[in-house]
Amino acid sequence: MSLHLILFLTFGAVCVAGAVNLLAQRHPINSALSLIAVMGALAGEYLLLGAEFVAAIQLIVYAGAIMVLFVFTIMLLNAGEEERTKGSRVAILLGVPGMLIGGTLVAWVLLRHSGTGSAPVGALLGDPKTIGQLLFHEFLLPFEVTSILILIAIMGAVVLATKPEATENRKAR
Amino acid sequence: MVPLSYYLLLSSILFACGVAGFLIKRNIITIFMSIELMLNGVNLSFVAFAAHWHRLSGQVFVFFVMVVAAAEAAVGLAIIISVYRTRETLNVDQVNLLKL
Repeated sequence: MSLHLILFLTFGAVCVAGAVNLLAQRHPINSALSLIAVMGALAGEYLLLGAEFVAAIQLIVYAGAIMVLFVFTIMLLNAGEEERTKGSRVAILLGVPGMLIGGTLVAWVLLRHSGTGSAPVGALLGDPKTIGQLLFHEFLLPFEVTSILILIAIMGAVVLATKPEATENRKAR
Repeated sequence: MVPLSYYLLLSSILFACGVAGFLIKRNIITIFMSIELMLNGVNLSFVAFAAHWHRLSGQVFVFFVMVVAAAEAAVGLAIIISVYRTRETLNVDQVNLLKL
């Protein structure tokens, strides 16, 4: 067993454990923390695949910025433990077997049709320079479009999260 | 050397956990986090395919997925805040009317 495989299995085990813990926990803050663990372990997997820059961005943007937004919202709304209702029991009865069937189906197809290929260690250079050249030459139009998307998202978030009374007061003045 | 199918298997496990969380969780914030988990699973398969076929386009696409996830998180959490403000609950069973 090579070191690469051992590292893959370690990070993969952390990923799966975090994902299952996200489902098992009932308090949203515990789910958020296990999601951060999943994202950190995924950054390790990206490093194994030679994608250094993606791994760094995964930690900074995903585990940093986006999850801080989540934790802020959980604290702002003072979210408590979710209670078990009739709907949640029905959802568990339908959701868990559905997930198992879907996952087994996907795993069967994957293992049957792509068993031969393998991802080489560090053969692909995902360093910032190469990524940047690709991003600003071939993908320049999508890049600009996503910047507009982000701008619209910022404005939408501000409009949605402002208190209605605050805007009315401003209009009255 | 790790077979490509192992990475795809891990990514499908993450995606399936995300789908299950989306279905069985009742807290609207946790449902939102399950969507992030699904996006992460997809990102892993993008990077794995990029390494497999020696194409960096897959890694670049991960950035676009992340941008969409960030925009979605910003707008979605703002919607959650405004839902909580009008209904005082985060349980999706009690949020069953579009109209107040």
